[in-house]
Amino acid sequence: MSETTRADVCAAAVADTFKDDGEIFASPMGTMPMLGVRLARLTSNPDLVISDGESLFLGGTPPIFAQADVVEGWIPFRKVFDVVAHGKRHVMMGATQVDRDGNQNISAIGSFAQPKRQLLGSRGAPGNTVNNRTSYWVPKHSPRVFVEAVDIVSGVGPKRAAEAGPAASRFNDIHRIVTNLAVLDVNGPDRTVRLLSVHPGVTVAEVQDATGFDLGDVTAVPETRGPTTEELVLIGEVLDPKGYRFKEVPAP
Amino acid sequence: MTKAPRDKRMSIDEVVASLEDGMTIGIGGWGPRRKPMALVRAILRSDLADLTIVSWGGADVGLLARAGKIKRLVYAFVSLDTVPLEPNFQRARQAGTIPEVVELDEGMFQTGLKAASERLPFLPMRAGLGSDVLVNNPWIKTVTSPYATPDGPGETFVAVPALTLDVALVHLNRADKHGNATYLGPDPYFDDLFAMAAERTYLCVEEVVDTAGLTVDTPVQRLLLSRMLVTGVVETPNGAHFTDCRPDYPRDEKFQRAYAAAAGGSDEDWAAFEERFLSGDEAAYQAAVQAFSEEQA
Repeated sequence: MSETTRADVCAAAVADTFKDDGEIFASPMGTMPMLGVRLARLTSNPDLVISDGESLFLGGTPPIFAQADVVEGWIPFRKVFDVVAHGKRHVMMGATQVDRDGNQNISAIGSFAQPKRQLLGSRGAPGNTVNNRTSYWVPKHSPRVFVEAVDIVSGVGPKRAAEAGPAASRFNDIHRIVTNLAVLDVNGPDRTVRLLSVHPGVTVAEVQDATGFDLGDVTAVPETRGPTTEELVLIGEVLDPKGYRFKEVPAP
Repeated sequence: MTKAPRDKRMSIDEVVASLEDGMTIGIGGWGPRRKPMALVRAILRSDLADLTIVSWGGADVGLLARAGKIKRLVYAFVSLDTVPLEPNFQRARQAGTIPEVVELDEGMFQTGLKAASERLPFLPMRAGLGSDVLVNNPWIKTVTSPYATPDGPGETFVAVPALTLDVALVHLNRADKHGNATYLGPDPYFDDLFAMAAERTYLCVEEVVDTAGLTVDTPVQRLLLSRMLVTGVVETPNGAHFTDCRPDYPRDEKFQRAYAAAAGGSDEDWAAFEERFLSGDEAAYQAAVQAFSEEQA
């Protein structure tokens, strides 16, 4: 059996994010979210609807970045927008910045008028966060990512959603933030970011040092569960035999 | 003489000659996928200025921004997928050379086109609420539902303004000379919506075939555009290059890397790229691309 790496822990943590979702469209952005979603589909939540990231719903659960085998549906962008508004979707997006209030930024760093660094643009983050369950994947937990206040609010956290009124808060559901060091959510005091667990081999102090705001009382934070033997086999031999996950979370 | 629908075939130059400074131009496709690049390249060569560009952006936006053609840009993202951040767009934003910038959520963008296509001033939507899209675009208003909810008064939504276009430019796989057109790839994107949001639509295709040929080996559901929405048809083989136009061709990743390296490099790097690929007409571009791929092979 292969040895457990940090990347494997992250994959299992991402999978756990989707385990209670039932029969909805899981939309992972990026390598680790894709791996974790497929792991969930092969273990905790076989009802998940997954896509090739382009326009097909996959009947099977092929390895990440492999060609689709059985197809069970068609999901071009126009239908993705339909599902976002309908709500049967859980997206895991990236985040260049996340702040204490669980707002996310993928738009730009610095001022919007003339950014220091232009990023992607808001993409679907504003719509995702007020319509369907949204989680974030952060491959490099650092004070540059976890900041006091994001420069531009693309993804809307619970406080901003509440301030914008019931239409914004009704379906706002920021579920988990999984990083290379820890798992967090937004159920801290006043719906702020809270540390849920630290990955095996990581200390709470390390996570606090890598976070640009105070995580509050973290004395009783447990360890993130390690992947089971079955999960390790699925990750290493079925879903990611080529080791794409190590490009995001290098093996020590 | 038999009466028949109009033959709308025209040249790239005729399309561009019909455009005017200050127009609002919607560009179909999605990011680095099925973009009407032959028309974008022709706009780069023209004297057109002060354009409002409406696009789920890829290199179309990057090239037009680098060339200083854009007065106002309406977008939700600009990306080349395998090169996540479009270097020419990034450079233009960081240098502040696009005078007006309207960044929307990507779903708001569809809603805005839909409002325009239905001749409505706006459509209500949840997306945008609570985000800086509304902070950075204070002209975008909210609207309160006249219908009470079980728990209280009507909710307040974003009144997504119509994205009404003067012209839409789109690239599909096949069309007849009248403007009926099929997409043969994985996704129609929103080219039909662009066409309905626009006063005029210019359609580029890989191949013009006769009307019967459109459905001879292709399901009728792949007919995306009706001729009633199309002003002109241009046959531009490989005209979406270097974006994806499957099944005719995938994205040219090697070329895209060369583009991104030049765009993100020094002024000299970009000048050399422009000189090699963008200084001549579409035939010269295609010849230069051919030579480039032979070098890379």
